[in-house]
Amino acid sequence: MRIPFIVRFLKATPRKGWIALGVFAIVALVLLPALHLFTAKDSALHVSDYVITVGGKIMCYAIVAVAMDLIWGYTGILSLGHGVFFALGGYAFGMYLMRAIGHDGVYQSDLPDFMVFLDWKAYPWYWSGTGHLLWALLLVLVIPALLAFIFGFFAFRSRIKGVYFSIITQAMTYAFMLLFFRNETGFGGNNGFTDFKRILGYGITTPGMRVALFALSAALLMFTLLLGRYLVTSKLGRVLAAIRDAESRVMFLGYNPLWYKLFVWTLSAMLCALAGALYVPQVGIINPGEMSPANSIEIAIWAAVGGRGTLIGPVLGAFLVNLAKSWFTVAFPEYWLFFLGLLFILVTLFLPQGMVGLWRKLRGREHGA
Amino acid sequence: MRRRLLKFLLCIFLSSGVPAWAALDAKLLQQLAADASDEKIAAINKLAQTGDADGQGQTRREVLRVLKALSEDALYVADGKIVLVDGKRVIDAASGEEINPAPTERDSIDINNRVRRELASALASLRLFSPERETRFAAAQELLDHVDAEMAPLLVRALATEADPQIKQLLTLADAQLGLKNSDPTARLAAVKTLAGSSNPSVKRLLVPLLDKNVESDERVRLEAQSSLKAIDARLAFADKLSRIFSGLSLGSILLLAALGLAITYGVMGVINMAHGELLMVGAYSTFVTQTLFRTYFPGALDWYVAAAIPLAFFAAALVGILMERTVIRWLYGRPLETLLATWGLSLVLIQAARSIFGAQNVEVANPAWMSGGIELFANVTLPLNRIVIIGFSLCVLFLVWILMNRTRLGMFVRAVTQNRSMAGCVGVPTGRIDTLAFGLGAGIAGLGGVALSQIANVGPDMGQGYIVDSFMVVVLGGVGQLAGAVWAALGLGVASKFLEGWLGAVIAKILVLVFIIIFIQKRPQGLFALKGRFAES
Repeated sequence: MRIPFIVRFLKATPRKGWIALGVFAIVALVLLPALHLFTAKDSALHVSDYVITVGGKIMCYAIVAVAMDLIWGYTGILSLGHGVFFALGGYAFGMYLMRAIGHDGVYQSDLPDFMVFLDWKAYPWYWSGTGHLLWALLLVLVIPALLAFIFGFFAFRSRIKGVYFSIITQAMTYAFMLLFFRNETGFGGNNGFTDFKRILGYGITTPGMRVALFALSAALLMFTLLLGRYLVTSKLGRVLAAIRDAESRVMFLGYNPLWYKLFVWTLSAMLCALAGALYVPQVGIINPGEMSPANSIEIAIWAAVGGRGTLIGPVLGAFLVNLAKSWFTVAFPEYWLFFLGLLFILVTLFLPQGMVGLWRKLRGREHGA
Repeated sequence: MRRRLLKFLLCIFLSSGVPAWAALDAKLLQQLAADASDEKIAAINKLAQTGDADGQGQTRREVLRVLKALSEDALYVADGKIVLVDGKRVIDAASGEEINPAPTERDSIDINNRVRRELASALASLRLFSPERETRFAAAQELLDHVDAEMAPLLVRALATEADPQIKQLLTLADAQLGLKNSDPTARLAAVKTLAGSSNPSVKRLLVPLLDKNVESDERVRLEAQSSLKAIDARLAFADKLSRIFSGLSLGSILLLAALGLAITYGVMGVINMAHGELLMVGAYSTFVTQTLFRTYFPGALDWYVAAAIPLAFFAAALVGILMERTVIRWLYGRPLETLLATWGLSLVLIQAARSIFGAQNVEVANPAWMSGGIELFANVTLPLNRIVIIGFSLCVLFLVWILMNRTRLGMFVRAVTQNRSMAGCVGVPTGRIDTLAFGLGAGIAGLGGVALSQIANVGPDMGQGYIVDSFMVVVLGGVGQLAGAVWAALGLGVASKFLEGWLGAVIAKILVLVFIIIFIQKRPQGLFALKGRFAES
């Protein structure tokens, strides 16, 4: 008997998971926004701008970490170039944000300041339509998905895997970084996009907009978790895990891993792009530095610290590593690289299953969902 | 004026008592300071004659020195003597001895344009007929840059006596430049024909106006000028290509040094060491440390610090590599993706360590004297010596590695483990120890690459970051575990990217190379040179 989709979807996440999600939803969608908007600035209960911005930013990172986990933890493909999808999503939405500045730029021109600076007279063709929010959102999804699909198709078809694939993805993000550093590419070169003013006419630094973006990030994170949960418990998810564990055997059993890999790879890229699109208005800047290979590798360590092959692990990892980064770069900026480097080494050596694995071991449970 | 005259008389009076050890005739020298230009010119010519008459010797050099000083306004009259002023030193022109303490008052010797012209030709003739080849060569080059109609007879004389082919060619070109201005069309035609043999971009400037009907009335000369221009262009394009190939080879040799080590470690263990670029950095900083030590303790032998840096860098990088292998990589066998992350962590730690020890700024590593300068192939192509040395150095390293891999027991073991680890273990190869040694060797070669890199690039904590992708590309392109493959891939990539850079700019070139490699792997995942034999996919 075929179980209806909605039932399967609901059943994919166990009761405990739903309860946790519910608590998270209340805190992130109701409690924190209310405390930010409706309490006095000096009140003990007030949630500051800083918490909302950093929280929203880290939730975007968490989405990326979950997307990375789908491809690495569940399918066994380590991408060192996920930053490129994140940044492309950010750039696509950034185009809308740049157009929404209107005449409020330094030069008060029709064009963004950096184009005036380059002495350009009109928008390049790929900027057309980006003044419309919906078109920009479509680009956010379609451009990274296309790139991922084409790249993945050629890579997976010739069965490039393991470290080969990882290094090639790193080369890809490196190439994109170089491309976006060029002024002639038309995306602001070195400085990228910044000085955003508004979305749909609402000021981007108003508390209302900040809370809305925060809540959207939280909602997207929850959606990503539910979707991930549904995927990994479905038949597709089992094939993915089988590909991770013994790809040749999967092929001998009559599956073509190409389409499975390609599907999860493209999906992962799209999730990253959405996260990037939400990230840019919250931090107020996007530049080619987001595509640097180092950034992409950091994504992998978020997933690794939390625990690969689990969905909650990457979220925890993203929060912990980024909170540590925020603290370190203020308190001991010179030791941050030591800390991060040691984290990479120690986690891979001693915590291959991440913190979730450690917790399970401590509880004496080797198995479980 | 009167004062000068007085001084003049005074010096005659004084100099009469001077013994005959003066190399130059003091009277003639005094005449240089005469008021009348004719007298000056006469003195210049006489001096030049005395210089000419003395084929090899001291006098020629002395005369040259005095006349040169005169042309550079560095000749003065002080205390009745003609003196050369060289910075703070004041030298008696007649005796060549330094006057100490330097006279407080001195008058300059003024020369007008007529004298200046005479002086220039006297100087040119002295230098063009100098017995020293270097002097003649420099003089001929100067002539080529700005040749004067008055030099024509001199040129003809010099052409008749000059034996050196290189200098003779320069003189011929200079002569041809003069010929272009000749009123006789046949002479111009001959000049244009001769100029076709030049590879000097400035000659083009002379020929281009000849294409214009209003400037050049003779049809034949115009046609000839056109074909001469074509010939020069072809030669310039050839020179340009040559310099591209050279810089490509130079880049390729650096890539080769970076990739050789990676090829060995990747071949043996199947793991990519993301900290490989930082091993280059370790090598470069070792060079810096050696340089500092030499500066402090053996400043006399500073030129040879690079030679001392080579073993030091090798062992420093090898030590770091062995430590990395023993403490981290060893425990991650069979988990190549995690090795990638762990070695990335190692690279971050190494970068930060370099920053903490040496500071975040780039440090200065100077070329030793014997590596600076270059060899000039054409007027527009100079090959820097340091790059030539580096190409030679990497060939030496390649040769040694080849010997090590193919002619020693260790090399045989390394190749055995590369081909089939468990089989090698079964027949008694100590695979664990081979791993450590191979890793140390790969790291040491990267250290050598660092020495080379320190001579042509900035030395800073981040210098290694860009190399991991490039060197991995070389390994992939060449095929794993293949020395020959790595060589061809490194040189090919180097030359190809330099040519693309010339046409499309550095960024697009880089992107194109990456795209090419991605496509290449589609077609030949095993690389250019596949290992022959049977491999089961794990």
